[in-house]
Parts: sequence; C-alpha cells; structure tokens
Amino acid sequence: MTVIMGILEEGLIYAVMALGVYITYKILDFPDLSVDSTFPLGAALTASAILAGVSPALTLILSFLAGALAGCVTGFIHVKLKVRDLLSGIIVMTGLYSLNLRIAGGRANVPIFTQETIFENPFLAEHVPAPLSPYVIVLILFLITLACKVLLDLYLNTRSGYLLRAVGDNEALVTSLAKDKGMVKIIGLALANGFTALAGSVYCQHKGFFEISVGTGTMVIGLASVIMGIQLLTPETGTSPFSSVFKKELRPTTAVIAGSVLYKACISAAISLGLEANDLKLITSILFLIILVVSTERRKKVKTHA
Amino acid sequence: MLKLNNINKYYNTGTVNEICLFEDFNLSIEEGEFVSVVGSNGSGKTSMLNIICGSIPVDSGTIYIGKENITHMPEFRRLRRIGRVYQNPAMGTCPHMTILENMALADNKGKPFNLRRGTDKKRVDSYRESLKTLGLGLEDKLHVKVGVLSGGQRQAMALLMSAMTPIEFLILDEHTAALDPKTAEVIMELTDQIVKSKHLTTIMVTHNLRYAVDYGSRLLMMHQGQAVMDKAGREKTAVKIEDLLERFNAISVECGN
Repeated sequence: MTVIMGILEEGLIYAVMALGVYITYKILDFPDLSVDSTFPLGAALTASAILAGVSPALTLILSFLAGALAGCVTGFIHVKLKVRDLLSGIIVMTGLYSLNLRIAGGRANVPIFTQETIFENPFLAEHVPAPLSPYVIVLILFLITLACKVLLDLYLNTRSGYLLRAVGDNEALVTSLAKDKGMVKIIGLALANGFTALAGSVYCQHKGFFEISVGTGTMVIGLASVIMGIQLLTPETGTSPFSSVFKKELRPTTAVIAGSVLYKACISAAISLGLEANDLKLITSILFLIILVVSTERRKKVKTHA
Repeated sequence: MLKLNNINKYYNTGTVNEICLFEDFNLSIEEGEFVSVVGSNGSGKTSMLNIICGSIPVDSGTIYIGKENITHMPEFRRLRRIGRVYQNPAMGTCPHMTILENMALADNKGKPFNLRRGTDKKRVDSYRESLKTLGLGLEDKLHVKVGVLSGGQRQAMALLMSAMTPIEFLILDEHTAALDPKTAEVIMELTDQIVKSKHLTTIMVTHNLRYAVDYGSRLLMMHQGQAVMDKAGREKTAVKIEDLLERFNAISVECGN
C-alpha cells in the first residue's frame, strides 16, 4: 500500500510538470530544456518564501509566475534573438542554475522540515479526521493536478489556446491569420515553465527541502511521461486499451497525467528489482530509450497496416 | 490599389552565385482586378507574391497598398488584409485540429485571440452553410481532424478559410498545382465564385495556361524578373493558349534552350 501511495504521490507531483512538457513538446513542437532549471526555480523560491513567512499556498502562485517569466526569457531568446530552440533552453537552464542558488540564499540545500506547508499545517491537522490522514497528501496532490489539468483544458479551447495549437501544427496558418507566431510561442513557453515551476514548488513542500540538483533530468522525466501517456492511451489510429473499454477517447492531458504515474511505477519496479537509488538516472535514461523505441515501432506498424 | 515601385531583389548577394531576380521591377494592380500570372520556373512569379506578402524582404524599392507604404511592414501585419492560398494543401489548414476548429480559427482572423471560447456555438450553423457550398460533404464531418482529409478537400477548406473574413487581396500561389485535374477544376470554379461574390482583388500564379486564359481580367507573363506580356480587358479576352505557347517558345529560343 505504501508503495502504491508513494508512486501516486511522485507521479502526481511530476504530472503537473509533464503537463508543461506536453505544451512544449506535443503542442509547440519545441524541445524545451529550460524546464530542467525552472523546476528547481519553483523549489528554491518556495523554500525561501516559506522561510520568510509567506503562506505556502501563495508560493504555488509565485512559483508559477516565476516559471512563466523564465519561459518568456527562453521564448524571447529563441524568437527575437533567433537562437535555435534547444540552445535557447540550454542558455536559460545554465543561467538559472546560479540564479536558483542566489534565490536559495547561496545554499545548495535548504531544509524546511519544521515549517508549515500545504501538506502540513494547523488547518489540516484540525479538520481532517484521523482515518483519512494517510491519504491526505495524495488527495491534495490530486486536487492540484486536477485543477491544473482542467485549467489547461479550458485554456486550450479558448481563442488564444486555438492559436497555440495552430502554431505547433502549422506556423504558416498563424501568420495567415495575421498573428505574430513568435508571440504565440512565447506564451506557450511561459505556460509550460509556469507549470514546471509550480511542480517544483509542490515537490519542495512535499519533500521538505530544496536541493539544487532536483532539476537534473526533469525534461527526460516529462518527455517520458508525455510519450508514454499519449502513445499508450491516445494512439492516432486504432484502439487504445482505454477507448476499447470506455468507447471514448481519452483527453491528452489526462493521458499525460496517467503517463506520469505509470512512469513512476516503472521506476519503482526497477528499484524493487534490486537496483539502487544511485542508479536512478541510468534507469531513467534506459527507460526513456525503451519508450522512444517502442513508440516509434508502434507507429511503423500502424503505417504498414494502413 | 497595389503598387510595386522600382523593386530590386538579388539572391546570394556577395557570392559567386549572386542572382539578380528583379531589377527595377514595377507593377500596378487596380482594385477589383483578377490577375493571372504565368511564366517558366525561376521567372520570379512566386518571389513576386512573397515580396507582396512580406515573406521575403526587398533590397530596394517600395510597396504600396493604396496610399500606405508597406515595404517594411512585417508579414503577419500585411496578411491582415490579404488572404493567401499556397500550392501545398497542408499549408492552409491545421491537420491536428478538427474541421470546426479550423473554421473557427479562420473566422477569428482580425479579432483579438483572447480567452473567449475558441468556437462560437452560434456560428456553427453558418460554418456548416459555407462548407455546404463546397459540395464535398464536409458539413457532416465537423468533428473530423483535417489531417485525414484528401489534398483536394483540404485545399477547398484552405480557400474558404482564406476568404472567410473581410480581406482586400486574395493571393493564389499555384493553388491547383498539387491536385488531380478534376479536383483542380472544382477548386478553380470555387475560386472564381469567391472572387466574384466578394469582389476581391486577386493575383493568381498558375502553370495551367488554360486557367490563365479562361479566368481573370488581366494576364501577366513573367520572364527573368520582368513582365514580358501584360494584357487586360478586351486584349486579355482575345488571348489564346496558342499565343502564350508561342511566346514561351520564343523566350526559350532566346535563352538557348
């Protein structure tokens, strides 16, 4: 049971970040590496803000805004200064590393174990009945993720959201609609990095500390979750396990969240097979490789059958 | 209405491959004209459209729409009043969005893309009506993704979408070239209908000499960055395909082909 709860907790925290990666990778078709630094940005900001007495819930919003600002910088470098997409992300990622350390007060590790967080505060202690308390963390995480998902779904169905989807699909059409495609990309990157920093904030409050290296590999985790969720649960053609049971297509955002939990389950399975925590990054990259190969394999099959 | 004055455009400036495309090129198009443009490959037809739309910059010269100088206006601003259909049917629609979403996108051109609902439910019926005019049955497939449609169906949608909101110019860049003869015919008929009903000033580049002769009120033949033939009104009506072919052959001989 604790294993399952652990997987759900980890999976839901990273699901918010995966929603961000879904925006850049799937909608914008932009390999955005700046998420590797906006995740710890959210964590650093949260740790410092909570120590300074800011309300834990407010840090979520602050983190989102800080991440969005960083996303704008990536977008600005790419769109206005015409630097390649991958490099723009790397520039922001590298620069933010130092900035994150500054935000954390010059320390690479900031504990906030003794502070109030969204998971541990007098309000919860008072109002949650004892039998529910083991599930409180998962419940809160679920609500945060659900809120992000619903807001993103709503946004994608607004006029501005339509334009965001169009720019990844067909840039020329956005220009034809007399809109600056560069601005649309910047908005998309801002949203994506906002979600990522928000996930970093949740992560920090959940673990009870900020650590400068938490961001390493964020993008790979996000990509793996997105590809796993989308490929397994919402294939372009044919039927997915979900659609054959429920006779309805899954929303991509839901698939991404499911993919994130699934991914954490795979990692957890690998560790329970006897691999050490030190091997985590190796497992991550091998698992990512497997997911990539399998998903291209599936696509090929679909093509030959068509 | 549209004026190109003393346009100069070189490619690969400063290298051994320097090519002069336009040297002191002038063109003036009146309001309501439907100009068909023909010419061999590399004669500057598509470059001319790109220069008008702002897809490529000019080295010198000025471009006017009415009294407004648009030479340095970015492409997306110019396209506010221009509708453009490309040769590639995939360029005019979003493949991963549904027919309805594509129509809604086009309908919102010129309006702010804010946080209002992407598809206005009240407009759905009018989208269905205009799709019906295509006669392709698309009005019953509103929730189908455009990516699964055929090239002809997509091009028909692209054409419809480009002229959905009030525009002044319609720019057609070999928009029937990638289609089979029958579909091309349908699209060409539709083009003529839209141009006439909306009174659009139109520039159509085509390799189909018959379309160039049959449609439009003015005919332009481009060669080496110059208009070597320019007929309008009654002169245009008198032009036959044979005349165009003869001229083409004459040019080829001049070039030593």
